[in-house]
Amino acid sequence: MRAYAAILLLALVAACIPVAVWTLAYFVAPKFPNPTKATNYECGITSPGEAREKFHVRYYLIAVMFLVFDVESVFLFPFAVQFKELALFGIIEIGIFLFLLLFGYFYIWKKGALNWE
Amino acid sequence: MDSFARLLHLSPPLAWMALKLLIVIGGVMGIAAVLTWVERRGAAMMQDRIGPNRAGVKGITLLGLVQLAADGIKFFLKEDVVPPHGNRLLFTLAPALAFVPAMLGFAVIPFGQSFSSGGQAYHLSLLDPGNGMGMLYPLAIGSMAVYGILVASWSSNNKWAILGGMRSGANMVSYELGMSLAVISIFMAAGNSPVGSPVTLEAYDPHRIVEAQEGLWFAVRQPLGFLVFFTCMFAETNRLPFDFAEGESEIVAGFHTEYSSMKFALLQLSEYIHIVTASALLVTLYLGGWRIPFVPNPGVLLSVAAFLAKLLFLCWVFVWVRWTIPRFRYDQLMFLGWKVMLPLSMANLLLQAWLMHGRGIA
Repeated sequence: MRAYAAILLLALVAACIPVAVWTLAYFVAPKFPNPTKATNYECGITSPGEAREKFHVRYYLIAVMFLVFDVESVFLFPFAVQFKELALFGIIEIGIFLFLLLFGYFYIWKKGALNWE
Repeated sequence: MDSFARLLHLSPPLAWMALKLLIVIGGVMGIAAVLTWVERRGAAMMQDRIGPNRAGVKGITLLGLVQLAADGIKFFLKEDVVPPHGNRLLFTLAPALAFVPAMLGFAVIPFGQSFSSGGQAYHLSLLDPGNGMGMLYPLAIGSMAVYGILVASWSSNNKWAILGGMRSGANMVSYELGMSLAVISIFMAAGNSPVGSPVTLEAYDPHRIVEAQEGLWFAVRQPLGFLVFFTCMFAETNRLPFDFAEGESEIVAGFHTEYSSMKFALLQLSEYIHIVTASALLVTLYLGGWRIPFVPNPGVLLSVAAFLAKLLFLCWVFVWVRWTIPRFRYDQLMFLGWKVMLPLSMANLLLQAWLMHGRGIA
């Protein structure tokens, strides 16, 4: 546990910097509130509506695909670390694993999930 | 040097850690701050302008470096506008969410050769080797960078901000795959290179990775992986040609459109800190860390100097690329990430495994 104390210290110091900056800015910065200043910035025109609208489903698809591939790449880390001990068996195993991964990859490619119009 | 060694023996381990903490925080923040100046002067140089050269104290401008101080003071003296239509709490927290992970990334990077003094080994990285996290830690912390941008964009409740945030979220996530697959081949090679020193460290320990690059840097041994990782770093730091979070000529200022004053400065600073961390990762993984070619044992001072020189050069490359390559179109970005980088990194992995098998390692 003592090994990680350095990271905790670094995080604490790093977190202190924004807090210090907020505090200082709070006391130093001028405040002239104004209803026009509080409106959305949209290049000068009056805002036609809410910004939080429906988003294209592709962003969601990207997130799902990322999740799948990221989890699969996690399985590759132990293989890489134990590469020597696993020897040829490991390479063949990982070849089969990557083949299955690539199968899914080409499926989503053919389905057009990777196309962005 | 002798008195320094005596001081080192007398002081408790905590003091040594505090010193390293000071070096890391000071170094990273200092380089990031100077990098903003380098970027402006570099941009000016490439566009045949002069750049910031007016701010100065009694006529001393230090090539425009005084501009940094002037900018800092100005940031504090500006009004901090918080949009009332957004989420005020998240809006305030977002700069910290961007800043803290950016600072944390550097913790495991070895910035110089380890040395021993008085029978005690001292390692020039904030976290000592053998901590069980190694290079997995900066990868994990690096993926947290996306939260700062997404939270900033969502809490602003501004159309430009949300566009920028969503784009960069999808962008960073897509390039993370190629990046982690490229790093996997590094672990494979590092775990199986003959290591000179008798220390047995995990294959993913950055000290071991630097140790393994004694003969040849990994950039030479795995050029394909280097290319993928290098490209992905630009996407992860949201720098041109992939700066879809900001995209100043398309979506005003992207995720920080509504930000002003010191909150804006913090977001900006964390972007530059990300560049420093990304350069440090590139140096450690592919460019030999603190190693100097043909010098097996450079010693503490020379090794730190070598690390710093490589780091600063790569930081300059980030600036250089920004003013050289135009921004991609969004569909081109997705094409490159999913249809080029991902297969390339997988091909690199299989190729390296096969080559190492051919050399009789496995």
